[in-house]
Amino acid sequence: MKYILLMSGTKAGVETYHAWSKQDREAHMAVLQRINKELTASGEFVTTQGLTEPREAKVVRGEKNGVPVTDGIFPESKEFLLGYWIVDVATPERAYVIAGQISAAPGPGGVPTNMPIEVRQFATYEPKPK
Amino acid sequence: MAEHTFDIPSEHLLRELAPQVLGVIARRFGDFAAAEDAVQEAMIAAFTQWPQQGVPGNPRGWLIQVACRRMTDQVRSDVARRDRETAVAREAETTSSSADIESDMDPDDTLILLFMCCHPALSRSSAIALTLRAVGGLTTAEIANAFLVPEATMAQRISRAKQTIKASGLSFRLPAAQERAERLPAVLHVLYLIFNEGYASSIGAQLQRLDLVREAIRLTRNTKALLPDNAEVVGLLALMLLTDARRTARTGPDEELIPLDKQDRTLWDRAEISEGIKLLTSALSKGPVGLYQLQAAIAAVHDEADRAEDTDWPQILALYDLLKRVSPSPMVTLNHAIAAAMVHGPAQGLQLLKALDTDPRLASHYRLDAVRAHLLEKMGDHEAAIKHYRIAATQTTSIPEQNYLLTQAARLAGD
Amino acid sequence: MKYILMMSGKKSDFEGYATWSKEDLQANVAFMRAFSKELKDSGVFVSTEGLGWPSEARLVRAGENGEPVTDGVFPESKEFLAGYWIIDVDSLEQAYKIAARASQAPGPGGKPANMPIEVRPVLSGHADLGI
Repeated sequence: MKYILLMSGTKAGVETYHAWSKQDREAHMAVLQRINKELTASGEFVTTQGLTEPREAKVVRGEKNGVPVTDGIFPESKEFLLGYWIVDVATPERAYVIAGQISAAPGPGGVPTNMPIEVRQFATYEPKPK
Repeated sequence: MAEHTFDIPSEHLLRELAPQVLGVIARRFGDFAAAEDAVQEAMIAAFTQWPQQGVPGNPRGWLIQVACRRMTDQVRSDVARRDRETAVAREAETTSSSADIESDMDPDDTLILLFMCCHPALSRSSAIALTLRAVGGLTTAEIANAFLVPEATMAQRISRAKQTIKASGLSFRLPAAQERAERLPAVLHVLYLIFNEGYASSIGAQLQRLDLVREAIRLTRNTKALLPDNAEVVGLLALMLLTDARRTARTGPDEELIPLDKQDRTLWDRAEISEGIKLLTSALSKGPVGLYQLQAAIAAVHDEADRAEDTDWPQILALYDLLKRVSPSPMVTLNHAIAAAMVHGPAQGLQLLKALDTDPRLASHYRLDAVRAHLLEKMGDHEAAIKHYRIAATQTTSIPEQNYLLTQAARLAGD
Repeated sequence: MKYILMMSGKKSDFEGYATWSKEDLQANVAFMRAFSKELKDSGVFVSTEGLGWPSEARLVRAGENGEPVTDGVFPESKEFLAGYWIIDVDSLEQAYKIAARASQAPGPGGKPANMPIEVRPVLSGHADLGI
């Protein structure tokens, strides 16, 4: 069963992250990389992607005179997708455990960030067997 | 993987030979995991060289020779002296010719491999991956593609499966009769899962990824050839054929789902139905009726009806009664309720569904609400039916199924 | 350059979708199929995924001793990712044009829904989150 694990943040949250010490950032990334390695070794890893910072995001709503209508202004409080993991696991509980590990990755001073990770199952374009 | 212009018959030949070659090498060298790697490399060599040089006169001998060389190279490259003392090393030193090894071939080898790859100690996804590679002769890339995961991930699943087998100390020989009887269900279950994965991912006659349905049927045929008197193996093959027969009719031109009672039965594969029924008849005469035979029998009753209204529902209900005793499960109860509704009316079906409301295995499973909605509609309770169709739609992860359920709700809401 | 095109909605948007008429559902499904095919035929398609319904979403936090804490309650204002396309195109303008097309998927009454589609560049070299 494929699940996507979504890590989101706000502009303020991203700015706070940028203010972490280099050491803290490296420690955090090291844990995430270790999780990726473990998932590859367990045969559950599908992919992981990081997305660029919110300031480079745009929202498109239809077209006017053949030109896309874009809007780049986001309220400070709006949550953005920062990145995601896609895993192929046997049970939803396993997906939650992996999400929990990501959530436990250390922040400043080595304290787990405890950030919420949203877990969603993938829909498929396949008919169900009957 | 290098691009190769392999013709289909050669590709099929390679897949048929793979488990035979693996059997020989694994038994001779006593190291299944290493043998599997060596045979995989021989397969890749064949993929690249045969299109250029032509298929060799003795293709099996060729593969054995190449795999053998890989095994001995591997052993010789081991630096640790202690490894040289192992039986594998001794064997490698004393192996005279691959023709010598080829004569070692045992018709039971594929069966041994099946039991090994489907060992209950392995997770289902590992067993499926390993079976498709070791017994099916598929490449890691093909299997990865079939399951939509990266090749590296699939390689790891296979590698871990082999490590589990190594750690369990399983040797390369046929389990004793009693043990075989105990472990056969696991083998059949893996084959069934491969079929199901293929069937679920097929849309009409289109091949979306590797044709896992064809693979599952082929592997089950091979298993039947090895165990011709086993009623459940025959039953499983019958079930696959009787189900596959309907594959083209279950989706429409826009990839929309078409339920059984609305399918164009002229699209059903008569040859598969005919073979399935023949096999089922022979299976039923072999002994006590098992799970797959019962499911095949139900599929046969459906497939024998020229029109949906000709379906012998009392017969299906009787079979589900039996299935409920032989192999009870929430899905069986669900299907039993549908059959009961067809024979005794929707109120009876709804009554039977109540037993499932408290079953945690079905909590937020879309089929319970989907079936309930269908029966409520038959009762004329459109409001409740719409509600349950919509709930079911939010719980299914199949987009065609979701569209179908929302369309049913919309149809009722628009009346 | 890879871009992700994301379509989101609130719980109420999903619930609304579930009540569309048969014709509106069919028109939307047909549009999405045709849209994915266009992306594939023009060689820009990387992947597309639909996600499960919001009622099945879970928020997970670390918890104690490796036991994650899961929660299925979200505020009504929460935007849930419904699905995404990842495309590989030469310019941002091209990505916006494609997003505009996705945005025009028909809604109730068959009119273009003009749904907001968020366009973000995807980082190359994974595991670089937010830097």
